[in-house]
Order: sequence, then structure tokens, then C-alpha cells
Amino acid sequence: MNILRTLTLAAAAFGLALSAHAAGGQKHAEPPEGGWPFEGALGEFDKDSLQRGYQVYREVCSTCHSMKLLSYRNLGEAGGPFYDPDYPAAQNPLVKAFAAEDEILKGVDDVGEPVYGAATPADQFRAPYANDNAARAANNGALPPDLSVIAKARHGGASYIYSLLAGYPEGAYESELEFPQAGGDDGHHGDDHGEGYHGVLTQPAGQYYNPYMQGDTTPQWDGDPRHTPPGGFLAMAPQLPDGRVEYIDGTEATTKQMSADVAQFLAWAGEPKQANRKSAGLKVIAFLSIFALLLWFSYHQIWRGVEH
Amino acid sequence: MSEHKSTYNPQSGIEKWLDRRLPILRLAHDSFVDFPTPKNLNYWYTFGGILTFCLMTQIITGVVLAMHYTPSTDLAFGSVERIMRDVPFGWLIRYIHANGASMFFLAVYIHMFRGLYYGSYKEPREVLWVLGCVIFLLMIATAFLGYMLPWGQMSYHGANVITGLFGAIPVVGEPIQTWLLGGPSIGNQTLQRFFSLHYLLPFMIAGVVILHIWALHVPGNSNPSGVDVKDVKKDTVPFHPYYTVKDGFAIVVFMILFSVVVFYFPAALGHTDNYIEANPLVTPTHIVPEWYMLPFYAILRAITFDLGPIDAKLLGVIAMFGAIALLFVLPWLDTSKVRSMRYRPTARYFFIGFVICGLTLGWCGAKDPDEALPFMTLGADQLVIDYTDVNGNPAQRFFDDFDLAKQALEDQPASAAATLGVKKGDAIRFIHLAQFMTLYYFAYFLLIVPALGLMERPKDEPDSIHKSVLKGKANATAPEAVAAE
Repeated sequence: MNILRTLTLAAAAFGLALSAHAAGGQKHAEPPEGGWPFEGALGEFDKDSLQRGYQVYREVCSTCHSMKLLSYRNLGEAGGPFYDPDYPAAQNPLVKAFAAEDEILKGVDDVGEPVYGAATPADQFRAPYANDNAARAANNGALPPDLSVIAKARHGGASYIYSLLAGYPEGAYESELEFPQAGGDDGHHGDDHGEGYHGVLTQPAGQYYNPYMQGDTTPQWDGDPRHTPPGGFLAMAPQLPDGRVEYIDGTEATTKQMSADVAQFLAWAGEPKQANRKSAGLKVIAFLSIFALLLWFSYHQIWRGVEH
Repeated sequence: MSEHKSTYNPQSGIEKWLDRRLPILRLAHDSFVDFPTPKNLNYWYTFGGILTFCLMTQIITGVVLAMHYTPSTDLAFGSVERIMRDVPFGWLIRYIHANGASMFFLAVYIHMFRGLYYGSYKEPREVLWVLGCVIFLLMIATAFLGYMLPWGQMSYHGANVITGLFGAIPVVGEPIQTWLLGGPSIGNQTLQRFFSLHYLLPFMIAGVVILHIWALHVPGNSNPSGVDVKDVKKDTVPFHPYYTVKDGFAIVVFMILFSVVVFYFPAALGHTDNYIEANPLVTPTHIVPEWYMLPFYAILRAITFDLGPIDAKLLGVIAMFGAIALLFVLPWLDTSKVRSMRYRPTARYFFIGFVICGLTLGWCGAKDPDEALPFMTLGADQLVIDYTDVNGNPAQRFFDDFDLAKQALEDQPASAAATLGVKKGDAIRFIHLAQFMTLYYFAYFLLIVPALGLMERPKDEPDSIHKSVLKGKANATAPEAVAAE
């Protein structure tokens, strides 16, 4: 019986180990310095950062990436970047203004011609392309993924997005990258690429190396194939050089700042209800704990006097 | 105890009226109130109640989800996300349902291991055990069908792999696969039939659960001492309130664990790829099933060799289904008359080995089979140059040093078509571990369990449940006895 008890513990530990699925050969995604404010049982989103993140999405990302699962009204809902308790989401003046700036297809008129017009808070975010084929045609054949749930669809979530956006190497536009890179952080800590890698990596045309991207660098590597640089190539060039956007709130728009802000925005967009989830969880678990305690006393009361 | 006399005594007029027409209250009273239950059941015996809770939770949340879900390849992925975003408490209902499957399997595996340890499958409870195996099989089918519905990458490609297994069966395999999918490949029609069947099977489970409880109530509960109830007064207590409160406590503790997962780690047991909408043209790098199927997946992949006319793929399928089929015939494989492993010192060690075997197979199922086990790399990776020698035959040269290899590569004439590659160093890999554990799994049922009953010398069983309890109290300082609560 004690053996069974030990086994249960072992099983629980084992279950945790299993949930960490095998990752490929890319660098381990790290959160920005100081971590994310929304992590942990009591974590909450930083509203200012969410607003800046939306600005980055709107001015930079949305040129190529859609967010089909989000509507403008979501921005003004409780927990959202522009939530204002004085207004219901659809009446929020900021939300209305954001929507009104975008022209979208509103439907067809009486004779079947398409009608375009300003979006309303109820509409979905304007998509940059009419369909996937148009998106591919405009991007060298690569399809920019929809960003609605991207934070849930990648190992590392927000940390992955942050690391990827801020993690392009020096000289990202050069056709050849030499390793180890000047500047030091060739970061082979925490990955299984052996003790350092020396050689030249050739970037395919229209492809950019990123150590956080899932993939394989071997075919493009002239060094020892047993020690290849981590990561892979993606069709997106570095998008967030310092000063790419001018923040409305005056924050300095460094690459890391913008990457962190947009990563936090995408983490919110991936699951807008996560703040509700965490706060509800606390109440549910507190209730159940008290209930369990009462049942435990009842159990001992009822079984009192029964040898068992 | 079938011979136990009904003690139901209808009080009000309406109860008396109903009792003469449909004695359903009498049935409920005799089954769940006055049912004599051994008084030495420990917490491992609460998982039956926990599983009832799990099934009800899945059905209730599932019915609500079905009101909002759209079974169409174009809309399914979006409709699930709509549930998360726009349905009131939709995020809660969906997370309970998705993680509820994991909690359900966690509980059912503990329930089954408990049955194995205490010999709950032995005479006269064989039918009870077989019905439990039927429920387990239906659960696997339901979970598999349900995993298709969010229409993510893992849904699609996982279903592709599993339905492809049927294609390995000779002659009838491909027609069966086509019949399951409703066409030559997974499409809208597949999603619709999977949804329909996913709604149907839980009610079949509920039906078999009723039979399972019926089959339990004929011989009565087994118990940790493994001996039969001899004296109802001394050995048993009525189910209510003794076990309603104990099961109730266990269920609430289980709900706390459930809540921690749902509210704080709702994605920990899932796979990130399933948040990418299904795309038949892009195959994920590692296709893995949900954690509760991993041991069987490991057995499937462990078979990498042909056996006579049977090729490796078919043999893997046979092994995987065989691993489940063995559970059904276990009551007739076990030759030991002693139920509880408390009194089977040797069998107990093999049982622990079996639990470790199951967990290890799960680990192997989650890993790339070619990956080396931790600390089990025996030789370093080598560089290998493949080229065509002067006689036109393929040849290879091996190097440890990269500069030498590069020099040798450049020295080769263009006609040699030399290429540089890597030969992985020797290692003990996950595939080897999976093969060893698969062997143990089958050996446990087919050799160890039958042989042990004949060869082992069991300890003396107590005369009765009552005496085993008193004995446990007497030497309560001994660690073994603490568990007898």
C-alpha cells in the first residue's frame, strides 16, 4: 500500500514530465527581462503594454497578418486593451474610432455589387488580403499566419513571439552569416547543439535566419554538420528596428520594447478571457477546499466508532 | 449481496403507490443507501465514484458545447474559438470538457490498477471486469473521436495515423478505412460522422456503466483483504452514509485537482499544434496522441520488424490492439486463487514492474523513437563521406575531425559525387526501451501472471474482513497497516 502511494507520486511527476513535449532544434524562448506580468496564478495584463502592442500590430503586423477571430469590440471588453468601465464595448469611443478608420467589405447591394465602408465595433479586424492566394502572391509564396491564437499555437507562447521578433541576428539582410557572431551572444546555452558552431550560414533568397524558428539549418551550413546553428529560416524579414513605431504614450520604441508589447497583446488576443479564468479559479478552489474540509470532518464523525 | 433483503420501507402515500407500480425508489434505496459494503475499503476504492462524476461532467459540458459547435471543416476551428470568446462561460465549459477527458483517463487508469492489485477481476467478478474493459475501450474511441472536433493540426493528422492503422489489415483493411472515413480521405463527411458518434458513445458508456454497477452489486464489492464478506453485520457497513461521505470527500479532493488544471494549466496536457487549423498539406514534425494513448502508441511503434508473412506495420497494429485485448481475458489468465496482492509478496513486485512498464511506455510514446535515452549515448557522432569510387561502386569514409573530412571532400574528383553527412553515434534509444517494455507488458499477462499463481507461496489470508481490520489496528505502527483505513 505504501508502495502504491509512492507510485502515485511517481505517476504525478511523470505526468508533468510528459507534458513537456519534445522541442526541435531551436533556441529556448525566453521572456523579456523581469518576466511577464500576466503569468502566475494572480498575474494580470499590463494595460499600457497591451495598448502599445495593439499599436504595433495595427501599424506593422496587420500589413500582412490577419486576426480573423478578433472583432474591434474585443478591444473594449473587460480585460481588453481599451476597456473603459463607462462604456459598453461597442460604444467605447476609442474602439469606434479604431473601427471607423478601417474600410472593409460590408456586403453586397441590391444589384449584387460589393459595398465597402467603415467598419463598426461589431466587425472583425480588417484582413490585409482577400484570401490566402492573394496573401501568398504578395509574400513570395509564403502565407503569413493568422495571429488570433498564435500565442497558443507555439511552444513558449508570448516568450516565443518576443524572442523571435527580437532575436534576428546582426546583419539579418546579408546573404551570408558568419558564426560565431561578433557581439558574443551566439547563445548555445540551453540547446543541444554541442559546444559552439563555427562556419558560414547562407540565407536563401527571401528567407531570414532566426535561432528561435523551428527548422533545420543543415542544408545551408558549410561548417561541421554535427554542430549546426539552432533554429531555421522564415520568410518574414526583421520588422521591428528601433523606432519603427512612434508610441502615443511616449515610451521609447526599442526593438525589445515593441517585441514585448506586441507579444503581450497577442497573448491577450489568444485568450481574452484568461484574466477571468484565473480570478474565477481562485474562488472555485477556495470554495472546494472549504467544502472538502467539511466533508473530511463529516467523514470522521460518521465513521467514529467503526473499526475500519 | 443479492441475498440481502430489501429494507426499503415506503413512508408516504405516494411512495407506497409508486412502489407497487415501479419500485424504482426501492432499487435506489437497496443499491445506494442500504447496500452492504465492506468496511475496509481504502481511498483507491473511491475512484468508481470519481469516474461517475467524470462521466456526468463530460456529458453535461459536452451537450452544452454541442449547442455552439459547428461540425464543418470550414467552421469547426473558428466555432471552438467562438465558444472560448463569445459564449458566456464558454471558456470554462470547453476547458472542463477538454481537460475532463484527461482527468477521466487519469481516474480510470488508477481504477484499473487498483483492480489489478487487489485482484478485483477474479471469480466471481469476471463479468464486472470485462464490462469495465468495454467501458475503457468505448472511452478510448470517444476520446479519439472528440479529439478530431477542434479541427487542429494534431486532430487531423492524428486521425489520419489512427484510421490508417485499419488500412494495414490485409484485404478488408482499405474498405474498412474508407467506410470509417466516409471516403478516400478525411474530409467534411469524416468530421460530421465523428461528431455524431462522439455524441452517441458517451450514452453507450453510461449504459455499460449501469451494467457494470449491476454486475458489481451481485457479488458485492471486492476489498483490500481479498476475502469474501462472511458476516454482513461484522464485515460491512451500509453504503449510505459511510461511503457516500467517503466518496464525496474523495470526489471533492479530485475536483480541486481538476480545478487547478482547468483554471491554471488548461493547455498543459494539450499540444500547441492543435491551435493551428488543420491543413492536410502540412504534416507536423512529431505526431503524438493525447497522453492517455501514449503507452499504446509506443507499443504500436515498438514493432519495427516483420514476423514471417506479417509485416511490421500490421504486427504493430496487432500488438497495440492485443495489449488492450489481454485485459479482457485477464480473469482467465490468472491462476492464483488469492485475490489481494497484500498476501502475494512475489506478485507484488511484478505488479510494480507492470506499473513502471506502463509509465515508461507512455514516456516512450511521447518521444522521438530514434532519440537516445538520457545518459545512454555510447559513441560520438561521426562524419561520413558518401562517394563513388574509381570502379563506380558506392563507398564511404568516416571521420571524427571536421577539417580532415572537409579536406577529403575537396580532394574527391567531381565524378565521385561526394556528399558529407552525419552518422549518429551508437546509443540506447527510446525505441529499444519501448521494445523491452512491450516485451514485459505481454510477458506480464501471458507468462508472469499465469506462472505466479502456480509457483508463488502466498502469505496467509485473514479469516475475515473484520479480523483483518482488527489485526491492522493492533499493529497500527507497522507501515503496512496504516493503509487499511
